[in-house]
Amino acid sequence: MAMNMATADAGTGTGTGANAGADNPAGGSDLRLERITKRFGAFTAVDDVSLTIPQGSFFALLGASGCGKTTTLRMVSGLEDPTHGRIFLGEREVTDLKPYKRPVNTVFQNYALFPHMDIFENVAFGLRRRGIKDVKPQVEQMLDLVELGHLARRKPAQLSGGQQQRVAVARALINQPQVLLLDEPLGALDLKLRRQMQIELKRIQTEVGLTFVHVTHDQEEAMTMADTIAVMNAGRIEQLGSPADLYENPVSTFVANFLGQSNLIIGEVTAKDGDTITLDAQGQRLTLPAARSRIDSGRIIAGVRPEKVSLATDAARIPNGHNVLTGGVVSDASFIGVSTQYLVKMPWGSQVGCEEMSVFEQNAGQEIHRPGTQVLLHWDPTQTFGLDGAQDLDAGSDPDDEASDVGAAA
Amino acid sequence: MSAQTVNVGVPPAPKPIGEPDLPERRKRNRLPYLLLAPTLLWLIIFFVVPIFTSVSASVQEGSLDQGYALTWRWANFSDGWSQYNGQFGRSLLFAFLCTVFCLLMGYPLAYFIAFKGGRWKTLLMALVIVPSFTSFLIRTIAWKTILSDNGVVVHVLNDLHVLNFTSAIGFTVGNHVLASPAAVVCGMVYNFLPFTVLPLYTSLEKIDPRLHEAGADLYCSPLTTWRRVTLPLSMPGVVGGTLLTFIPAVGDYVNAQLLGNPNTLVIGQSIEHEFLQDSTGYPLASALSVILMAATLAIVLLYVKKAGTEDLL
Repeated sequence: MAMNMATADAGTGTGTGANAGADNPAGGSDLRLERITKRFGAFTAVDDVSLTIPQGSFFALLGASGCGKTTTLRMVSGLEDPTHGRIFLGEREVTDLKPYKRPVNTVFQNYALFPHMDIFENVAFGLRRRGIKDVKPQVEQMLDLVELGHLARRKPAQLSGGQQQRVAVARALINQPQVLLLDEPLGALDLKLRRQMQIELKRIQTEVGLTFVHVTHDQEEAMTMADTIAVMNAGRIEQLGSPADLYENPVSTFVANFLGQSNLIIGEVTAKDGDTITLDAQGQRLTLPAARSRIDSGRIIAGVRPEKVSLATDAARIPNGHNVLTGGVVSDASFIGVSTQYLVKMPWGSQVGCEEMSVFEQNAGQEIHRPGTQVLLHWDPTQTFGLDGAQDLDAGSDPDDEASDVGAAA
Repeated sequence: MSAQTVNVGVPPAPKPIGEPDLPERRKRNRLPYLLLAPTLLWLIIFFVVPIFTSVSASVQEGSLDQGYALTWRWANFSDGWSQYNGQFGRSLLFAFLCTVFCLLMGYPLAYFIAFKGGRWKTLLMALVIVPSFTSFLIRTIAWKTILSDNGVVVHVLNDLHVLNFTSAIGFTVGNHVLASPAAVVCGMVYNFLPFTVLPLYTSLEKIDPRLHEAGADLYCSPLTTWRRVTLPLSMPGVVGGTLLTFIPAVGDYVNAQLLGNPNTLVIGQSIEHEFLQDSTGYPLASALSVILMAATLAIVLLYVKKAGTEDLL
């Protein structure tokens, strides 16, 4: 489906050799960023980023505001020029191509629909600009895809947020771009509609098979839709992988805190034998698989997700070989239906990390521990991951910090 | 509302707390009229009545000494038109030229301030308006100095041999710029430019700059983006700005008086001349005013219809 326009004005391609680090250099129209840097004055918004996004994938750039994700997207669309580095679409270099000459379209954050045109004309806009005369069949087909055929003659202002969002998607998709860029496309919608549109967008992507690059600060949104997520922090890519991979094996405290919640405890490695690392955290012995640790000596951060941890009041009922932390006191218990979420106060200070451990227990019939109850925390050691102990424990735990909102300003 | 009629003759039920009191509500509804009253009164006294007297005077006959009588003398109109059609034509031409130049100069200015002004926006707009703090007359007289024969403008234009050309087509006279149609139009453009820029700026400023990005993203060069997106969205400003310029410019005669010559007489000067200097000219001056008003109104209506921004009126 995505062929008839990309080749229209090809020929400037200089990007044949030199594809350092590209996973799939022969890919038809993989999107490739090579050592991209963008500076605004003294501020570096994007810092030496290299990426390959395979054709047909749903790729998410995830990060807090100001991390450079929107700037990265804008450089792909051509609305921003990189300070250094090169951008390729397949074998063709597009770094210096004007935005209106790139086979790339964007779904803007607030949709940016043309208010003086009706929905039909908005969707037909790109086709008409490329001199296509008979736009009707294509526009109607596209409006059907986003289920808005009956609203073709309405003005954007007469549509709800969700409908406008779908028009924005249709207006971009109809041009069959090699890459569709989505800049926080669901940010303006309420939660319920957002869930609905996430599924909708995923359906459309599967249906048309185009490459989608999706920028978002919402980790749940990224995990729901994307095949691959790149977590960005301070202009760099912190980690890249599948949603499950990022969640289970974060490489840094930033990723561990930014994607979901983590209990992070500082300790010292005391032994490493074979596949298991043993560490000492405030006199308590924990083990974790060496394969899931970024480090195997010295200061280490042991991490465990709240839903992996269980509470017990009786040591005898803890399965053999489990990691156990003693001395916890339940400080808060929130019953939320499918699970009960506990905060357990640990007998150590904040410098160790996790003064309060977070524990999610499925409501499968066990007793609910009241605040004040003395509990033992235990979990399967294979569910533990290990991180370099030199990092800031709280990195990424406050994703709503808007203090340096550069992406939006640019 | 029906509660009142239903309750007639029935002992009133205890009023539920929180239900609005009907008489009080009616009192509140009178407030808008109260607020409007001064303005309405003002408009009646200083707009409706004068229009009426002016229209009625246009079909009267008489002189200052003997007084005027309503004789339905329609010939005032034909007399006025046959005597002063040249001035009518000139007024419309000058106003048209003034509007076109104001638009050509004002649009880029407003565009620049609205989209590239950044944090200087307010200051730049203030600078557009600041000259108006000086009297209209003083500013117009200043143009006499600017365009005087010893001034830089005339020297440069002479050296570039521009004046030969402009004099040939009747815009300037000989080697002078002052006392010519060109000088009149210059003065008008200068005086009316803010009236074009302000509405233009307001409508351009409302346009989301992301629409430009959307245009660029959807295969529009900057020029096409302007033509397809910016211009249509700024049409209310274009129409508003040109109207605010054209309407007063048609009636303006200060510029023609101060910067023109006897061959650049405009209709405003003729009306003044008839009204002040000719004891019998009062009805004729009124007739000229009515013609001017009707012509301006007709042109404006036609223009707004053509521009497709009826919702503006």
